[in-house]
Amino acid sequence: MLAKRIIPCLDVDKGRVVKGKKFQNIQDVADPVSLAKKYNEDGADELVFYDITASNETRDIFIDVVEKVAAEVAIPFTVGGGIRAIEDFHKVLRAGADKVSINSAAVDNPILIQEAAWKFGSQCVVLSIDAKENKDGNWAVYTNGGRIDTGLDALEWAKRGEELGAGEIVINAIDTDGEKNGYNLSLTQAIAQSVNIPIVASGGAGKLEHFQDVLQPDVADAALAASVFHYNEISVSQLKQFLVENGVPVRKRRVTPWK
Amino acid sequence: MIAIVDYGAGNIKSLQFALKKLNMHSCVTTDATQIRNSDAIILPGVGAFKDAINELQQSGLATTLKEEVSNGKKLLGICLGMQLFYENSYEDGVWEGLGLLKGNVKKMNDTVKVPHMGWNTLTKHRNSPLLKDTVEEEYVYFVHSYAVQDYQQNTLVSSTNYGGIVPAIVQQDNVIGMQFHPEKSGEAGIQLLRNFKELIG
Repeated sequence: MLAKRIIPCLDVDKGRVVKGKKFQNIQDVADPVSLAKKYNEDGADELVFYDITASNETRDIFIDVVEKVAAEVAIPFTVGGGIRAIEDFHKVLRAGADKVSINSAAVDNPILIQEAAWKFGSQCVVLSIDAKENKDGNWAVYTNGGRIDTGLDALEWAKRGEELGAGEIVINAIDTDGEKNGYNLSLTQAIAQSVNIPIVASGGAGKLEHFQDVLQPDVADAALAASVFHYNEISVSQLKQFLVENGVPVRKRRVTPWK
Repeated sequence: MIAIVDYGAGNIKSLQFALKKLNMHSCVTTDATQIRNSDAIILPGVGAFKDAINELQQSGLATTLKEEVSNGKKLLGICLGMQLFYENSYEDGVWEGLGLLKGNVKKMNDTVKVPHMGWNTLTKHRNSPLLKDTVEEEYVYFVHSYAVQDYQQNTLVSSTNYGGIVPAIVQQDNVIGMQFHPEKSGEAGIQLLRNFKELIG
């Protein structure tokens, strides 16, 4: 049976993992490679690395991080942040990433999804959507770290992304991000019902039960979280044990280490 | 020396890192002589079937691979690499594959989400040295939208279940295919690659 995935997310700035609240108050946390190794040992199913500065100078440091992570951990990982063109996909995939996540660049140029899917396959094109509820009760797509309302409807955008060839959608609820009051279930479920590709829920994890709620059969296929893992509020192994006990299918990690 | 055939697709680096952990020397190559001189060949791959098979045909590597297989050399295909072994693929058209194994590659059943993405379990169909030191229901990482159908039952070593039975490990003599990514499947994947190493001898 296909397992539900637990995905720690690491925001990387100048080669370090950082975490802020609602995209602000960035503070230094840890070395990405050692954190990636730790999460792998704890049983994480995948990892996500976002290059949150993505200036030209920090770009090379980031690519170096990607390569080091690929050398150390044999689980899949996604890279995002600052991906604007096919060449950017090429660079991170060649460095050892498995999937590439695009957000603002896809809004600006939707055809990028199609070009990347043709060239590298749908399986490595992840459409990341930052959404926020508007006055009419609909979900609007935001870009630039939640600052710009694109006017796009999140459900329509998810459908369009799937048609263009995205292989997965990460849905990040801006309102719940960093609040630790749980994932936005109605948003995640609405997106899941709009498309037939895997859905990763993001933003709001604070307790074990939040993961259980969002990983129900008709909601998300995977749950992404950052600070609860970084600050050791929840460990991945503890979380998986909890999910097993509560009937959520997750991968049990092998005990045999590498020789 | 293991020759990893590079036809321009995907994340080859992770495969190299995994082989390195097992002290398996590998080179990423498109050179026919280097492939002929190797101890075994790995055909990796993600991306489109059409592009991959065109690249292999035009470069002449398709012929090299078939010759090496008939000489008895071990060939491991991973993901799209495995799909290329079959007769035809119906991915955006109809494309002729390498024809090393009988069967076709078709879009997965859309009663489930496609791509089939994530960790799924292996069910054993027959004994094979490839499964040495693995456990029943071992989790490995899959990511694919097309799967092998109309295959010969006796080639099926392991399958997974996703909207029906999906061939996961296949073997016919020296031709071995893995639909999932052993290089991304943690300890389980490393064990499977170690078993491949022991098979090469």
